[in-house]
Amino acid sequence: MAVAEKEKRTFRIDIYENLCKGCSICVDYCPTNVLAMDGNLVIVKDLDACNGCQLCDNRCPDFAIQVFEE
Amino acid sequence: MSTPTEELKPLAKKKKKVPFNYEPYIRGGKLPHIWCPGCGHGIVLKSLLRAIHTTGMSKDDIAMVSGIGCSSRTPGYVDFNTLHTLHGRALAYATGLKLAKPKLKIIVTTGDGDALAIGGNHFIHACRRNMDMTILVYNNAIYGMTSGQSSPTTPQGMISTTGRYGSIEPPFDTCQLAQAAGATFVARGTAYHFQELEKIIYEAILHKGTSVVDIIDACPTYYGRFNKYKTPSEMMEKIEKEGTVSVKQAEKLTPEELQGKFLRGIIHRSERPEYCEEYNKLVATVQAKK
Ligand SMILES: Cc1ncc(C[n+]2csc(CCOP(=O)(O)OP(=O)(O)O)c2C)c(N)n1
Ligand code: SF4
Ligand code: SF4
Ligand code: SF4
Ligand SMILES: [Mg+2]
Repeated sequence: MAVAEKEKRTFRIDIYENLCKGCSICVDYCPTNVLAMDGNLVIVKDLDACNGCQLCDNRCPDFAIQVFEE
Repeated sequence: MSTPTEELKPLAKKKKKVPFNYEPYIRGGKLPHIWCPGCGHGIVLKSLLRAIHTTGMSKDDIAMVSGIGCSSRTPGYVDFNTLHTLHGRALAYATGLKLAKPKLKIIVTTGDGDALAIGGNHFIHACRRNMDMTILVYNNAIYGMTSGQSSPTTPQGMISTTGRYGSIEPPFDTCQLAQAAGATFVARGTAYHFQELEKIIYEAILHKGTSVVDIIDACPTYYGRFNKYKTPSEMMEKIEKEGTVSVKQAEKLTPEELQGKFLRGIIHRSERPEYCEEYNKLVATVQAKK
């Protein structure tokens, strides 16, 4: 029996612009380079690469980023 | 922040990943907090809130007490009973509060300056009494709030406002100090190891007696700038990740390899009579004699 192809999990990244202080911690620790800095604000540059690990949220000091599985 | 609703399809095999919802624990309208970009105190606060959530305790049964400092601003953001007191005196207030309301779970959030410099005397005597409370020392090795003076945990050679050419004082090891003074739960975590920190704080809260957790975190604005760290992440890597070893890893290392590294994890746990219980026993004995 063929192994069923793994369904791709997709995620939504919410960035709270009023809370983000642009420290770049989430960008530096994202293992798959999903995030980037745009001046003093973090932006999503490659959502498709997100694996939902939540490292960005867990190390964000400012409650400014959350990742939801869709 | 919104609360995610988990809509599980009937055939979904795996539970969908949802982020931790901090909202119920944050006092309305209090964010953004005052901490600088990349300050480790925010990461510590998040681990603390997740740990409290895991205990299942009611918010009304918890009292968070602090002194003065950036770290001591913590109680201002959280929806528990809170007490923001005088510099160095958090433990004196916490002791009084616990005596008046012994059922409250007391969590003290303090800094290395607040707890170990001006408050050093209160610190050792709190450890000695073994009153049931959790003391979380946000240890950034500097006085953040007053612009970067040396603290009792500033490592030798490191630059501060009061140590322009590098500190020559030997620092305190918070955990050794707490253990020697009699604390019955002594541990260390870092902001970098956020998950381990959450577990340690959880254990510290459940422990009956005085628990001390030394939490190494970063002050990028002063300690970082003075000591030429380029980013908050670099501080987390060099100080918190590379500068520490877990108690388990340490077993396999030689004294030379352990040189200059801080131990992480639960370092000491013991049982001793708890202060409030002893106090109540004394009251009962004296009253019985009347
Ligand atoms: C009696 C008194 N002395 C001095 C001060 C000034 N002061 C405020 S915070 C602080 C040090 C805070 O350092 P720490 O506890 O490490 O907290 P951090 O800001 O680093 O988190 C000092 C000396 C004060 N507020 N009150
Ligand atoms: S959840 Fe993980 S992979 Fe996705 S953006 Fe955050 S750190 Fe990157
Ligand atoms: S870690 Fe948080 S505050 Fe820092 S850049 Fe990322 S979202 Fe913004
Ligand atoms: S001064 Fe240092 S400790 Fe205080 S908020 Fe800024 S980075 Fe944090
Ligand atoms: Mg400090």
